[in-house]
Amino acid sequence: MPEPHLLEIRDLTKHFPLGSGAFIKPKAWIRAVESVSFHVLKGENFGLVGESGCGKSTLGRLILRLIDPTSGRIFFNDREITGLSRTEMRPYRSRMQIIFQDPYSSLDPRMKVAAIITEPLRTSWDVSKAERRNIAAALLERVGLRAIDLGKFPHEFSGGQRQRIGIARALCVRPELIVADEPVSALDVSIQAQVINLMEDLKDEFKLSYVFISHDLSIIHHVCDRIAVMYLGAIVELAPNEVFTTAPRHPYTEALLQSIPLPDPHRRIRPFAMEGDVPNPMEPPPGCAFHPRCQYAFDRCRVEIPGLAAVAPDHHVACWLNQGKGL
Amino acid sequence: MNPKLMEIQDLSVNFHTPEGIVRAVDNISFDVAAGETLGLVGESGCGKSVTSLSILGLIAAPPGKIASGKILFEDQDLLRLDAEELRQIRGRDISMIFQEPMTSLNPVLPIGRQVAEPLMVHKGLSKSEAYQQALRWLNLVKIPAARTRLDDYPHQLSGGMRQRVMIAMAMVCGPKLMIADEPTTALDVTIQAQILSLMIGLKEDLDMALLLITHDLGVIAQMASRVLVMYAGEIVEEASAVDLFDRPFHPYTRGLHKSIPRLHARGKSRRRLNEISGTVPLLTTPIPGCKFADRCPHVFEHCREHRPELFPIDDGQRARCWLKKFPEQRKSDA
Repeated sequence: MPEPHLLEIRDLTKHFPLGSGAFIKPKAWIRAVESVSFHVLKGENFGLVGESGCGKSTLGRLILRLIDPTSGRIFFNDREITGLSRTEMRPYRSRMQIIFQDPYSSLDPRMKVAAIITEPLRTSWDVSKAERRNIAAALLERVGLRAIDLGKFPHEFSGGQRQRIGIARALCVRPELIVADEPVSALDVSIQAQVINLMEDLKDEFKLSYVFISHDLSIIHHVCDRIAVMYLGAIVELAPNEVFTTAPRHPYTEALLQSIPLPDPHRRIRPFAMEGDVPNPMEPPPGCAFHPRCQYAFDRCRVEIPGLAAVAPDHHVACWLNQGKGL
Repeated sequence: MNPKLMEIQDLSVNFHTPEGIVRAVDNISFDVAAGETLGLVGESGCGKSVTSLSILGLIAAPPGKIASGKILFEDQDLLRLDAEELRQIRGRDISMIFQEPMTSLNPVLPIGRQVAEPLMVHKGLSKSEAYQQALRWLNLVKIPAARTRLDDYPHQLSGGMRQRVMIAMAMVCGPKLMIADEPTTALDVTIQAQILSLMIGLKEDLDMALLLITHDLGVIAQMASRVLVMYAGEIVEEASAVDLFDRPFHPYTRGLHKSIPRLHARGKSRRRLNEISGTVPLLTTPIPGCKFADRCPHVFEHCREHRPELFPIDDGQRARCWLKKFPEQRKSDA
């Protein structure tokens, strides 16, 4: 029996206009997300990994409809939410939540913790103030803080504690899906581990699915069941976790893996230095967006954009090297 | 053993804040040998950047104050030099690259000028000679089409390119010591690999010592020959890179190791990351015993009352931990 899809994205595209005004035509378009499709199963951790500017955060915001796509469709529990109005969207808001990267700027400095955590409740349910406080206290204790912290302000907490508050806020409406956008990138290593472990514990307890967005492949690999690697707005490889340590197929994935400095002085390989920078998303190169940096690039790569194609069940790669080699 | 290029003795740096005196660096001593790569690793607030800024006399005073200590560079105490004498050394014998190249490059000067300037100031080169050298260095740090780039402003370059310009600027005068404070932290991982490999290459070609400050154990493992681990303003462990990863002694170092997610080996059973519970102590209140005691899985009574020294372990490895004296207190690692 096929597992139910919690979230499905079809051909999602987002272009941002550049230099436009009320009556001014945009000078150019930034192609932030280009025809991206994937699904997230119930109870799954889905990872989006890529470097800055690859469109992973834009994609996260599109999923939650915090911004509207240029084209494409989003399904949540098999119901299309792409065209829904603000009011129609409302019941879905409590089912999908987000955790942000920077715990310093994502909490309102003038609000007390109790108000921060229960703010989502004020719009979603009819709950009394006393009840809200009880919910906040229970959540705060669940994420490892104390009930007496409810009366404090964000500046009284460390980065790790603030991220716990952000998690409690997301949990307060009992969501089914949490988009976690670089949730541990701003934290120290020892604190990162605390937050990742907490998120894993909460997942079972609250029956959550995560879309986990990060630039750090080791963290994504640790947390996620399936991983999509993004480059310049598009998914270049989509595969189950294990593939990334055994048989990655896209040259960019390979380069990403080899670029990670290993914490092992015995395996001191000179870091693999792939030449060049990420191209400007306003003027993407013709053909495969990765070809100017790819050591295997051949003629076809320079003119034709490769689509995402299956090379094994559940393993998809957008690379001309792999076309026709799979199923 | 190479001669000591720099020797730091009992350095303490305090910051006077409304909340009290923050003991950011608490009585640390170490040396840097000529030509070696010394890694300084620790989490935010451990004092690693304050240490490096004190070497160059860049601590803002007030609120900062170097409370005690000596920084001997080629037997000359940098803390006793006046601003002008320090300026002679800074950029010529000791240079520095910072984490965020956008904030450390001058946004209103072309990059060619910025790379050439140290040569005119320190080596007395003429403008055209200095620009020739600047161009040579921009080529060495692999700025593509460097000749056409001399008149570019920092904002016209990508983050990786800006960091290359910073490196060129730091290298032009042929320093004996380069301090790199989180040189790749703001960069994407593929660009980080480019910059690290560039730094390794340059270090091989030039006889220069590198003090590499980072929070990333991966970068340390790939680059450093010797490592100092800092925690709450103190050095808690010192070891060769190999020893630090093969047989770390201090519970903090061990904890750090086990808390990093690693790429290999994960089947269906998800390995749980090791957490170091709690948070770094406030540095405004003096702690009588070991500063790591509250977070340490092996803590025993003695630790809370007595401050451990850096006990020698083996082969130049040292650790600030009472377990060296009371090994029977070690609880089996989970």
